[in-house]
Amino acid sequence: MSQRFIQQPLGPPAPTLAPTQPVSLHINGQAHTLYIAPWTTLLDALREYLDLTGTKKGCDHGQCGACTVLVDGKRINSCLSLAITHEDSRIQTIEGLGTEDKLSPLQQAFIDHDAFQCGYCTPGQICSAQGLINEGKAKTEAEVRELMSGNVCRCGAYPNILSAVMEVLHNEGLIMEDKAWSAGATEPEIAPVEPPKK
Amino acid sequence: MSHSTDYIGKPTNRVDGPAKVAGTAKYAAEFNVPNLLYGYVVSSPIAKGKITKIDAAPVLALPGVQQVFSHENVPSLAWLDRSYKDDVAPGGSPFRPLHDAEIKFSQQPVALVVADTFELARYAASILHIEYEEEAHETELVKHIDEAYEPGRGKTGYKPPKSRGNFGKGWKQGVAHMEAQYSHHAQHHNPMEMFASTVEWLGDKKLNIYDKTQGAFNSQQYVMKVFGLSKDQARVVSKYTGGGFGSGLRPQYQLFLAVLASLELQRSVRVSLTRQQMFSFGHRPETLQHVALATAEDGSLTGINHFAVAETSQFEDFTENVVGWSGTLYDCKNVSLGYRLSKLDVYTPLDMRAPGAASGSIALEIAMDEMAYAAGLDPLEFRIRNYSDFDQAQDLPYSSKALRKCYAEGAAKFGWDRRTATPGSMRDGKLLVGWGMGGGIWDASKQPAVAKASLDADGHLTVSSGTNDIGTGTYTIMTQIAAQSMGLPLDAVTFVLGDTELPEAPVQGGSWTAASIGNSVVEACTKLGEALLKQAQKMDHPAFKDAKIDDVEFANGQLRLRADATQAVVLRDLVQASGEPKMEAENSTTLAKLELLKPPTHSMHAHNAVFVEVKVDPELMTVHVTRVVNAVAAGRILNPKTARSQVMGSVVWGISSALMEESVMDHRFGRYMNHNYAEYHVPVNADIHDIDVIFVSEEDDKVNPLGVKGIGEVGLLGVAAAVTNAIYHATGQRVRDLPVTIDKLL
Repeated sequence: MSQRFIQQPLGPPAPTLAPTQPVSLHINGQAHTLYIAPWTTLLDALREYLDLTGTKKGCDHGQCGACTVLVDGKRINSCLSLAITHEDSRIQTIEGLGTEDKLSPLQQAFIDHDAFQCGYCTPGQICSAQGLINEGKAKTEAEVRELMSGNVCRCGAYPNILSAVMEVLHNEGLIMEDKAWSAGATEPEIAPVEPPKK
Repeated sequence: MSHSTDYIGKPTNRVDGPAKVAGTAKYAAEFNVPNLLYGYVVSSPIAKGKITKIDAAPVLALPGVQQVFSHENVPSLAWLDRSYKDDVAPGGSPFRPLHDAEIKFSQQPVALVVADTFELARYAASILHIEYEEEAHETELVKHIDEAYEPGRGKTGYKPPKSRGNFGKGWKQGVAHMEAQYSHHAQHHNPMEMFASTVEWLGDKKLNIYDKTQGAFNSQQYVMKVFGLSKDQARVVSKYTGGGFGSGLRPQYQLFLAVLASLELQRSVRVSLTRQQMFSFGHRPETLQHVALATAEDGSLTGINHFAVAETSQFEDFTENVVGWSGTLYDCKNVSLGYRLSKLDVYTPLDMRAPGAASGSIALEIAMDEMAYAAGLDPLEFRIRNYSDFDQAQDLPYSSKALRKCYAEGAAKFGWDRRTATPGSMRDGKLLVGWGMGGGIWDASKQPAVAKASLDADGHLTVSSGTNDIGTGTYTIMTQIAAQSMGLPLDAVTFVLGDTELPEAPVQGGSWTAASIGNSVVEACTKLGEALLKQAQKMDHPAFKDAKIDDVEFANGQLRLRADATQAVVLRDLVQASGEPKMEAENSTTLAKLELLKPPTHSMHAHNAVFVEVKVDPELMTVHVTRVVNAVAAGRILNPKTARSQVMGSVVWGISSALMEESVMDHRFGRYMNHNYAEYHVPVNADIHDIDVIFVSEEDDKVNPLGVKGIGEVGLLGVAAAVTNAIYHATGQRVRDLPVTIDKLL
């Protein structure tokens, strides 16, 4: 049994390709003008044209959160956004949050709580956590877990990410709960209960 | 006497932490060398057949497209199979990208489009017209059990399972029995960083290759053999690796394609795979297992039967140790084991975190739970009654085994004694509560590796070895070891890795890096210490005149007499007096290589016991893993902070394997249908709750001088089974086909 299978192209070749054009971006307090095609994503603009490789590509489909950056203070997936649509925005990447010599409180907390292993999802996690802090919604562990769930960590550092974020929320006076956020798990006690008699 | 520089065993922040949190750590696709071209891979939509036509002309006509590589224009490369075999290759004939028109698996790379920009390469790849002659494919393992065969010697590290005693007799002796079949589907590693190679063309076939790999030397050897390059021409650099889990043990095809394009176009080229293409190579093989157990009146096992059939490709025999552990973990005279492979039209499977053991422990540890219920025993008590104090499989004593402590300390922390045995008997409000347990065993192994210690005239120590850090903490633990060995503070020590210009080290895998590189670092530092002592003696320092290396110690940046710490000389001064810019020493691997030839005198393994709580909504049957305690016995723990993270990650993997992870094959197309991060489910933060890691104390002076066993894999064992057992305890439903998705419980 054999049959022909023709891989249909997605479309005919374009008669002319979209030309590159100047795109002005305001990133980490600096203005940049790039000459890029309009189909260039913000993620690729950062990584391939500006050498801001702290922002990571984990799926290119908005599924993993590794490419999270802050646009006007809000966290977005930079892989799902074209650079050209952000000419009027203030963009902040991991490089703009702090440097190795001058880490932001979140960056330091991620180190102290060992909130990463391979480090590849880390810039996205930190930008996402910064966005979460900016939003001001998350007050409890459960809320932080939920609202940090757009960022996949394949190494499984989630409990440490949680404690790092909780510590920063606590230190910045954003949550009332008075608790020392150690790196790691809490231990709820649950006693077994017999089922109700039928 | 203890020193402030005694870092081994102390929780220590990652030394590579600042680079990782600041975004300055550079991964393979992040080296933006000048005049870079971009390659985009075109993948086969069919699982079997051949390419009949590739119409590259319209693509090549696009301004900015440099070349379309396919089997039609690849230059003649190495001819023999062995040139394509990497260090970790199984038996068979390795896949050669763009070799001929034949399609052997879905998503096989069939072309590489190279263009001036990434955007253009991606677009050009999307309009490349290819025609295929499709043939019938076979991808359904369950239909090919009868054709399964014994794989023979298999790849390095594979141990054909050995039966012992007489299982049939043992089965008859038993008063309680269980027998069941277990299965799990293919799983893909999916490290966060996608595979990528940036090849920097330096002229005259000289390349700097930034590769995503777990073994820079393995990638280098592969490139040298396939493309006929010298060591100098193929330098491989891999300083940061965004997760591996085994996927980077073998060179992946983007390395071949990027090097090919660079050599042909004499330009620098980057090839990155897409997340979809991350499902186009090695994976944990789908495995079907059968376990039968029998027990005597007292609950002792009278017979163990464990048989597994796993998938492999048509061209290689991928082997892993699935059933062998069942002959070691519990005490039993009559053990019957079997392992077979069946060839399918898929890519060759690949070691994935705790390869073999993770699969085998799913079947064995669920079966142990079933057996405990059949024998009327508590699952923990049942395991303790069948505790193995002597490795019957190897006929050797254990070098150390603190599994009893794992059981005791894990159970105490979890509160296991409050468990009521009857399924469905524990509740939290309306939620069903289930408590389950499991555990496992993993090899403590060590490979020959070279490390170099180099002290400069400023007193800064640089230790180097061409190993990797895939997130495991290698940078950090090696810095700790070196700092303690030379009595220096952590910030006076730098550990360098991931470069073929450094001393040679094996791939990072098998949980052997801490032992292999760690002991090499100690040896290199010891040799450096001897050189420093000699230098002190050359300088006519009277106190050291007759001193032997055992008479001195390194502390506070000084070499000093153990007997009289006031007799000291600053290390920096010794280097300056030597007249050289630095003093260096390397360990020798001669003994380590000979040791591999010696028959082992002890069975050397790490163990764990894991306790899991689930809560199940009785109406919706949604499962939440609310609490996990994982107690691990793995010898000396070098850095409890990073080690805990590794085990915690393993627990997340176990939960994932139990409840979510599955590469779903549509057999009509022979293709994994959920090949993206949204449909290939892995846990997110909201899925993960309390995870408690315990390292029980375990001293072992036989396993290696440092007494470490490695913890990258052992923490995963038994987790998926424990979750499944907890679900049984909560609901009374025994699911034997993982992952346990809601549809299997409703």
